[in-house]
Amino acid sequence: MTKHLDRTEIGLLVALPLLICIAFVLPKWIVNYVHVSMGTGLVALGVMIQMRAGLVSFGQGLYFCVGGYAAGMTGKFLGVTDFFVLLSAGIAAALCLSFVLGFLLRRYREIFYAMLSLAISMILFGLLSSTEELGSTDGFNLPTASYFGWSPTGETARLTLYTLTCFIAIGCAIALNRFLKSRVGYVNEAIRENELRVEYLGTSAHNAVHLTYVVAAVVSAIGGVLWALPLGHVDPEMTNWTTSGQFVFVSILSGTGNIAAPLIGTFLLEIIRVYAVELSPNTWQLILGSVMLFTIIFLPKGLWSLITSKQKSSKKIGASAPKPGE
Amino acid sequence: MLTAIAIAVDGLGFAAWLFLSSVGLTLIYGVMRILNIAHGGFYALGAYSSAWAIGLYTATGSPVAFSFLLIPLAALIAGGIAGLLVERGILKFMYGRDEVLMVLVTYAVFLILEDVTKLIWGTESYIAWQPAFHFGTVEIVGIPYTVYKFLIIGTALLVGLSLFLVLNKTRVGKLLLVVIEDREISSALGINVTLFFSVTFVVGAILGALGGAITAPEISVSPGIGAEIIVLSFAVIVIGGMGSIGGAMIGAVIVGFARAASVHLYPPAELFSIYLVMAAVLAVKPYGLFALAESRKI
Repeated sequence: MTKHLDRTEIGLLVALPLLICIAFVLPKWIVNYVHVSMGTGLVALGVMIQMRAGLVSFGQGLYFCVGGYAAGMTGKFLGVTDFFVLLSAGIAAALCLSFVLGFLLRRYREIFYAMLSLAISMILFGLLSSTEELGSTDGFNLPTASYFGWSPTGETARLTLYTLTCFIAIGCAIALNRFLKSRVGYVNEAIRENELRVEYLGTSAHNAVHLTYVVAAVVSAIGGVLWALPLGHVDPEMTNWTTSGQFVFVSILSGTGNIAAPLIGTFLLEIIRVYAVELSPNTWQLILGSVMLFTIIFLPKGLWSLITSKQKSSKKIGASAPKPGE
Repeated sequence: MLTAIAIAVDGLGFAAWLFLSSVGLTLIYGVMRILNIAHGGFYALGAYSSAWAIGLYTATGSPVAFSFLLIPLAALIAGGIAGLLVERGILKFMYGRDEVLMVLVTYAVFLILEDVTKLIWGTESYIAWQPAFHFGTVEIVGIPYTVYKFLIIGTALLVGLSLFLVLNKTRVGKLLLVVIEDREISSALGINVTLFFSVTFVVGAILGALGGAITAPEISVSPGIGAEIIVLSFAVIVIGGMGSIGGAMIGAVIVGFARAASVHLYPPAELFSIYLVMAAVLAVKPYGLFALAESRKI
């Protein structure tokens, strides 16, 4: 397909060389935060595309964890260190699991979807916490990645991994942007508005939800692998519901308006967290919660709506865009 | 045989604790259609205030027997104040919004409550074991159980029974059932729905705090207990059917026994047996065992 790139995609493509450049310019610790927040940002993207269909997944940490653990276990038990094999392992595991679980979850909507996805992620949490071969609650370490037989060390390894992560994250974002603009993407928005009518129009809402669930799972698993490799460690906390809650938080905060929003939102959150935890460790969640409340009450379409609302209001006054979750 | 009895007693103990911790959640959902994640916060507040109060009280060397009064008192004060503040301060403005949105709102409240708890009581753990061992232990087929465990079971039955009686036998309870049935019509008939909402939420919060307060002597109260209980309570009320008090009781028994069985038969399964049961129930009955029938409004 040779569709024209839309503005978001052009923006993302412009951002790619910039992202890679900052690795050589900015201090190392900031680059590290950019690096890991691309991983978690992809999971937030997974939450966001489900939110387009009105579905809030309170268990997206499940696939974040599945990705990380699949990659880790391939390295630990099979001795494979190749980046692309590890990534494929994460994707394959998420693909299989989400395809099966999708048959269960696609029947549920609203809070039941949220609760059931939460329950499933907690099953994995329980399983991993009590599996001693996988380090129980401590988790285990991942190998340093190699690339088709080339195994760099030190600074080179870090920069190679970073550059690849940038490419994959931007690639995923563009792919998801296409997904939202595809037929299923629009069906999802219709499901959020009125599922019954979607069915009357002859489209299967179940299939659309199932597909979205699988896509979200795969993206989250990629995020999991990309997050786990630079840290070199995975543990069951990845699938705890509080982790999933943070992904939901980012999606709420940044809104479902644009694919880039959750990525930027995740990074900002990481940076704020660094300072907040240092300044007053016991009020971090307090700030988080308050910001979330204010966003829900005053900016129901997320922070991104601050940027887009100006453009829209000049075109069409009082555009009756539906609020999320209505 | 020994294991079977142990499972039965432990299962009942777990079930009582789970019922007390989750009945407020199901009550609030049934009346207000709010799946209140902040419930975990109320639970933690109750647990902390009770452990703290018992600690202060026993440090004075006064007779332990009176410390039992501190448990419901702590729940009443902590749950009452927190519930009222949350309802009047935040939720009041959000009524009539989407259910999923309310989940997110209460999640935000939960995060805030978590830190409020830490700010008040710090991050160290509190241990208030005195009431739990005050009445000593009883032996059932050779296994010692604290009498306190049976007190909790009794309290759970009492709470369940009083809720049932209030809902079905009193005027207020019947009005509440009307509000549950149809919010709009009942307010048209002159029922003060907002007041019912406020009272229900505060009662639910107090029940959540009671769950925490009564458990406090048996555990070490430390940060994170709220996050733990909320997923368990969800499992309980989802199994039973959200909004049904009888359902919560059945759900608590199922989850309690599932957990007790896995503790005795296959300990590694303890953490996930609960969710496994929940997933199994939902796969067969998508909306729980005793879900309230709901007419579809297009």
